[in-house]
Amino acid sequence: MAGLPAQVLQLTLTSNVHAARTVGLVINPIAGIGGPAGLKGSDGPDIQAVAYSKGSRSRSIDRAVNALSMIAATFPDAHIVTAAGQMGADAVTAAGLTADVVYSSRQPSTGDDTAAAVTAIAAAGASLLLFVGGDGTARDVASKLPVGLPMLGIPAGVKMYSACFAVSASAAGTLATRWIEEPLPVENREVLDVDEQAIRTGRVDPHLFAIVRVPFLAGRTQARKSATLASEAAGVRVAASGAIATMSPGTRYLLGPGGTTMEIARQLGLTKTPLGVDVIRDGHVELADASEQELLNLLTESAGPPARAIVTVIGGQGFLLGRGNQQLSAAVLRALGSDPLCVVATEQKLTALGGRPLLVDTGDRELDTTLSGYIAVTTGVGRTSVYPVHAPENEGAHSCV
Amino acid sequence: MTQPFVHPYLPNSAPETKAAMLEAVGAESIDEFYADIPAELRLQRLLDLPGPLAAEQDLVRHVESILDRNVSTKQRLSFLGAGTYNHYVPAVVDEVIGRSEFLTAYAGEPYEDHGRFQALFEYQSLMAELLNMDVVNVPTYDGFQATATSLSMAGRMTGRRRVLVASDVLPDKLSRVIDFVRPNLDLVFVPTVDGTADVNQIAALVSDDVAAVWVETPSYTGAVEAAIQGLADLAHTVGAVLVVGTDPVGYGVLTPPADQGADIVCGDIQSLGLHQWFGGAHGGFIAVHDDPAYVMEMPSRLFGLATTDVPGEIGFGDVAYDRTSFAQREEGKEWVGTAAALWGIAAGVYLALMGPQGMADLGETLILRTKYAQQKLSSINGVALTDPALHLREFVIDFSGASVTSHSIVETLRAEGIEPGVIVGEYELLICVTEMTTQLDIDRLSTAIETAVTSHNTAHHPAAVSHSEEKSA
Amino acid sequence: MSLPIAPKPAIRRFHQARWDEPVIFESTTPGERGVLVSQPEPGIRETVGDVLSTLPAGLRREKKAALPEMGQMRVLRHYLRLSQENLGADFNIDVGQGTCTMKYAPKVNEALVGTSKLADLHPLQHTDDVQGILDIIWNLERAVAEISGMHRVSLHTSGGSTAIWTNIAMIRAYHEANGEAETRDEVITTIFSHPSNAATAKAAGYKVITLHPDADGYPDADALRSVIGPRTAAIMITNPEDTGIFNPRVKEWVDLAHSVGALASYDQANANGILGITRARDAGFDVCHFNLHKTFGTPHGSGGPGSGANAVSEALAPFLPGPVIERVDGRYVLDSDRPQSIGKVAPFYGVAPNLVRAYSWILALGPEGIKAVAEIAVLNNNYLMKRILDIPGASAPYAVGRRRIEQVRYSWQELYEETGITSEEIGVRASDFGMHYWTSHHPYVVPQPFTLEPTESYSMAELDEYAAVLAEVAREARETPEVIRSAPHNQTVHHTHHDDLDDPERWAITWRAYQRKYFS
Repeated sequence: MAGLPAQVLQLTLTSNVHAARTVGLVINPIAGIGGPAGLKGSDGPDIQAVAYSKGSRSRSIDRAVNALSMIAATFPDAHIVTAAGQMGADAVTAAGLTADVVYSSRQPSTGDDTAAAVTAIAAAGASLLLFVGGDGTARDVASKLPVGLPMLGIPAGVKMYSACFAVSASAAGTLATRWIEEPLPVENREVLDVDEQAIRTGRVDPHLFAIVRVPFLAGRTQARKSATLASEAAGVRVAASGAIATMSPGTRYLLGPGGTTMEIARQLGLTKTPLGVDVIRDGHVELADASEQELLNLLTESAGPPARAIVTVIGGQGFLLGRGNQQLSAAVLRALGSDPLCVVATEQKLTALGGRPLLVDTGDRELDTTLSGYIAVTTGVGRTSVYPVHAPENEGAHSCV
Repeated sequence: MTQPFVHPYLPNSAPETKAAMLEAVGAESIDEFYADIPAELRLQRLLDLPGPLAAEQDLVRHVESILDRNVSTKQRLSFLGAGTYNHYVPAVVDEVIGRSEFLTAYAGEPYEDHGRFQALFEYQSLMAELLNMDVVNVPTYDGFQATATSLSMAGRMTGRRRVLVASDVLPDKLSRVIDFVRPNLDLVFVPTVDGTADVNQIAALVSDDVAAVWVETPSYTGAVEAAIQGLADLAHTVGAVLVVGTDPVGYGVLTPPADQGADIVCGDIQSLGLHQWFGGAHGGFIAVHDDPAYVMEMPSRLFGLATTDVPGEIGFGDVAYDRTSFAQREEGKEWVGTAAALWGIAAGVYLALMGPQGMADLGETLILRTKYAQQKLSSINGVALTDPALHLREFVIDFSGASVTSHSIVETLRAEGIEPGVIVGEYELLICVTEMTTQLDIDRLSTAIETAVTSHNTAHHPAAVSHSEEKSA
Repeated sequence: MSLPIAPKPAIRRFHQARWDEPVIFESTTPGERGVLVSQPEPGIRETVGDVLSTLPAGLRREKKAALPEMGQMRVLRHYLRLSQENLGADFNIDVGQGTCTMKYAPKVNEALVGTSKLADLHPLQHTDDVQGILDIIWNLERAVAEISGMHRVSLHTSGGSTAIWTNIAMIRAYHEANGEAETRDEVITTIFSHPSNAATAKAAGYKVITLHPDADGYPDADALRSVIGPRTAAIMITNPEDTGIFNPRVKEWVDLAHSVGALASYDQANANGILGITRARDAGFDVCHFNLHKTFGTPHGSGGPGSGANAVSEALAPFLPGPVIERVDGRYVLDSDRPQSIGKVAPFYGVAPNLVRAYSWILALGPEGIKAVAEIAVLNNNYLMKRILDIPGASAPYAVGRRRIEQVRYSWQELYEETGITSEEIGVRASDFGMHYWTSHHPYVVPQPFTLEPTESYSMAELDEYAAVLAEVAREARETPEVIRSAPHNQTVHHTHHDDLDDPERWAITWRAYQRKYFS
């Protein structure tokens, strides 16, 4: 009994019920305004003006209130660090919470406003940054987010290729509420954005802008009957180990961007450029952040070693190629030969696609056709999942995450 | 049968209910639910099975009449062990595990099944005291599996394949272990000397490709290993793991392996409050120190303490829920499934009833009765012990000096209502005594064996008597 | 207030027992004894002397084990209180632990197995003394063989997952015997098959390939075709899968496996709805297993012991674990002389009390009753599905509009998107109404999943009651979500904090570790 009075129950394990963890919020009040107007995005004052003229009105404040109400139900006294007015404080107040305003913006809101607000909110000590918007907003937030600070999107945008959004405002509110209560696991997720000018002229060409940390709800079911991976973070580690186990000495690997490929590099003890394609061989980085041309030069050198690209699912839409890893172009893939790809992803990521296929869009229809069918996705050491790959060109990339 | 088939186990087999339910779902017949099963796969006849004995009294009469053909160890004087042991089961143990609440629970959360979590946490904790180790799992299937898993853990932790087997292992257990570990481990058998480990030979064989040194104590022959510390030291010099397979029944008086350098201690809990059940009541334990490197390799569930929203309330949950995440080389963490939880609860109740003094008394009784049986039997002319080691509960006697086969001894004694032991060699018999075996029982065995040996030799080998005399002289 | 008593409310006012029972070590009182042990007779002491003091150096335990010291009735009371803090299947409408087949475990079978003729039987007694139990095991083997259409059966394993292990171990031995162990190193399974299929194959040294379903939720035959080949050792699949969807092309799958020389292994954990309807061997499977604790009415025992039944074709029979029971001239004998056997998978011959229970369960029902079990189970399932899909926010993804067999994997995704309430939270709240509900279905192929398996054991009124509780919880999710978030309210303990369980510095797996970490 080690000195405890008999019959006294005295558990002293740490409790986090009232731990004060601060959530920050930034709203892009005009996010999504272009969608109903059929404008494929809301970037730029001109587009916004057109949208307003077509009668669109902001959904993002409503979404924010919805999410914040979740917090208010559990923590009515919570303070939210945010920007003034439509960029946050209005929604916070509407949800019945207290807004600690640390930034005031000009009107109308621009990407610079968002970025400046993020800097101020982070400086004020927020441990999680909630934002309301789409890919453009995610990109602005990520641009000023201090390294390691997690962010989470309340979906309100038109374009959402990025994988940093909750499935709904309520779901985001739930996550934020949990975050205040106790630490949640975080995972590396991709922020992608297209050039909206290009999309409006018919080209979908999203680029990877950042890899950020996003909290998620780990399935914490106690009634565990089988030893399966409970969290995505665990899945990422195991999937990365699986990819490493397939690597051969002497072979060159073109390690594409993404959370899972980052983990591969980490396990190999290498530093990977977060957004680039890095060429690795026998445990060394041969070429960091390679451009398409540099890759082609490397691959076409005479008597070069065998080479493969290691790619993962980028963003929330299920793309393997053509979104965020454009360096791995059709020409590069052709230079890799008949078995160019090692695809690595977590089982969770595949199942999150809800039965939708993986997608390739290299811009080379013939190659895309070759790559489609079924592909063995490495999910662990000696474990693969067979999953369909489609080459839609214009399939798949239009719905929300 | 002219009446519709209504069975007590099937409330909705009543025709009116069936019709109401079909109507509610808009189906004409139950066959509609099987639309996805192609006709060629449909069985077009009733199964060829006996029954029904739907009236409970008919069923009872029938099943009882079959079971009555068994002759139990209460009707025989049994010295059988070799994996299943006849220890006393306190009435309270059976009462607790017979409760519907425990018997029919399964996989609920720590809220509605709080009692199950607490009972199993307490089982872990009670075993931990007996073994002097800080971590014990919720039981796995049996001691065979626990041992196979423990060795696999050592393989995963070290990344090596060789296992030095230092003791005599129960052959059935070895069979199970080999089948399980062979993709990942190679077993190297080091013959025992005088019933226990050959430390010098182990010392010569340990090298940095050894994943584990595997000790069994008591061994297959009941010998208690006296050199665990030395074996542990040898294993640790090369970064190998010392795995000790054991039966916890003796640790009321014997030093637990953890105090002698063992890293993983494993075995079976049948001795702790479970009936023999024709060999059908086994549960496996794995105990380790509170070191995440070990804990993270354990595939079984581990229940741990947790706080709740109410101060003073004791909560529970799964420790290291996400255990696979620590895997650097995911080579399979085996699996978790329905195993032996109820037996774990039983063993917990048993240890709580026995307490420190009960387990000490039990250990002493076992050692003394074993010693007595050894002395008594080895005093028979032509009968000898096979080794001088300390034995717990089991030992082997050798009839070669009397030129009588163990088979013939068993046959002779069975005719007298005695199961004298398990045949382990042409002239060797593995004999088991427990606290259920009285001095009178041992004396009866001894007398019966002596008579069998004597009459055998008188009948077949008149010269053997003088041979025996020479030996004892 | 006077009679008559007011009618019951629509939803039962449940509260779980709450004894606030301390951990048993806190109840210790030095000197108390729970049971006493038979002492060595004076004659024994005289003969052998003080053996303990002559033990070899270091073998004698120095300090007694720090077990609690408690009088007998105190121990009894402690454990009976803990028993009450459990929601056994005998107490609740246990349809919420889907995939577990929480059916009625008949009480008569408890009475039957309690006999000393079983409990006090040693497995190595002369076979003359154990003819009764061997008769039951042999006949149960025959019954499982008939139910599966297979040639022979082994009942040695004590759980479903270890039975799956036995399947893969026999498959491995079969390929080894054919000299193909090296070339066949892959096992194919599906994401909706029980994960133990993948896990055991992995533990047996195989590479595991998992197939995802097609867009309708059916196993994807094209995906299978894309990977099956000379390296395939076996396909290991469940049918119906945990979604409750039966793969109508299952024979095609088996034929595909056979066409490349692979074996087909069938996880029949979900067999309850197809007993007497369709059989593993008739679809061509080479090996399958059943869980007696699911399908054949043996109790779940708080998580075991269960019992597995492995059934095999004639070609795989030589590889069955040993020994096997043979019937010779009306007597049962044990045959251990089987050189191709995979050897022992468990001590002796299986969980004997469960084998007697399962035998008795089959006998009580007979052929007509067994088929009625399946039919009532699917009727119950489709009836409950109707009730559940009437609840706004609940859905049954995949094979929309199709009937299901034994269970359904539902989704609360719509409710979650609307309210932020997760399936796990709903489960915790459901316990406040005395209902089990679990979500242990990783990976979450179906988002916010829950799986209900009503079996044949629950009446229509009980299924209505279960659905009414879920409807009530869904209503709360919309109207008073904080009630759900702060659940449980009517349970033995309140919301439990998990952080300490994952931190090696803070976790407390045993009482002694807890004392050491926090009080020393």
